[in-house]
Amino acid sequence: MSYLLFWLFSALTLGFAVAVVVNRNPVASALSLVVSFAGLTALFVMLDAYFLGIVQVLVYAGAVMVLFLFIVMLLDLKAEKARKVNLPVLAGGAAVALIFVAQLAAVIDRFTVGRHAFPPLTAALTDSQNIGTTLFSGFNLPFQVVGVLILVASIGVVVLSKRELK
Amino acid sequence: MVTLNDYLLVSGLLFSIGLAGVLLRRNIIVIFMALELMLNAANLSLVAFSRFNIVMNRAGHAIPNYNGQMMVFFVIAVAAAEVAVGLAIIVALYRARQTTHVEDISTLKF
Repeated sequence: MSYLLFWLFSALTLGFAVAVVVNRNPVASALSLVVSFAGLTALFVMLDAYFLGIVQVLVYAGAVMVLFLFIVMLLDLKAEKARKVNLPVLAGGAAVALIFVAQLAAVIDRFTVGRHAFPPLTAALTDSQNIGTTLFSGFNLPFQVVGVLILVASIGVVVLSKRELK
Repeated sequence: MVTLNDYLLVSGLLFSIGLAGVLLRRNIIVIFMALELMLNAANLSLVAFSRFNIVMNRAGHAIPNYNGQMMVFFVIAVAAAEVAVGLAIIVALYRARQTTHVEDISTLKF
């Protein structure tokens, strides 16, 4: 059962990821990306990472995708007109991606440790509690640094969005 | 039976799709979306490794190694900031050049 669900959600994630890349219309790409992230969230939940699954929905499928769609709307982008394709560049890009897949398949094929199933968890459902404990005991400084980073990013966005950049 | 290698394969394929998108597409917004796919592919393998390497908590229960999930947490936070700044730069670029096509922006091209 979980095997079937795993491949179902993997196919959903990968299929819509391909749709992001091949769609000519940026709005269709953005909406495919939402579905792809939803499939990825299901994979996170299957790995017992409930908190990260919910954060994924909130931050990616919510905030980031709204921002993407907002910008696509603001710039009023139409579907791309077919341009003259630069064939050597296209072939080179596809070759790099395919070589990467081949390399990856070879590495995973030899990774014998990963051939075992996931060991069972014995604790009750305390995922959020464990995340909180780890975050505030071991990662307190990075957490605050991330807060400063987001503050700087939001000030930067305001400065960049002003009418004239001087 | 779902193994760690299955998750790593899906993660790697997702990364390659993102890589192909970055290399092959010419619309800067779609390139940005493909970048997000690559970030999420890395997140998936981090969560899979975190779930695979279980540790014992103080009560003697087996729990995932949460250090990997912390990494994912920070990646998501940094990616959100990165998307906001990146899209602001794209809007500023569009105001200056009226294009989102990367081949029209070739000032720094060799």
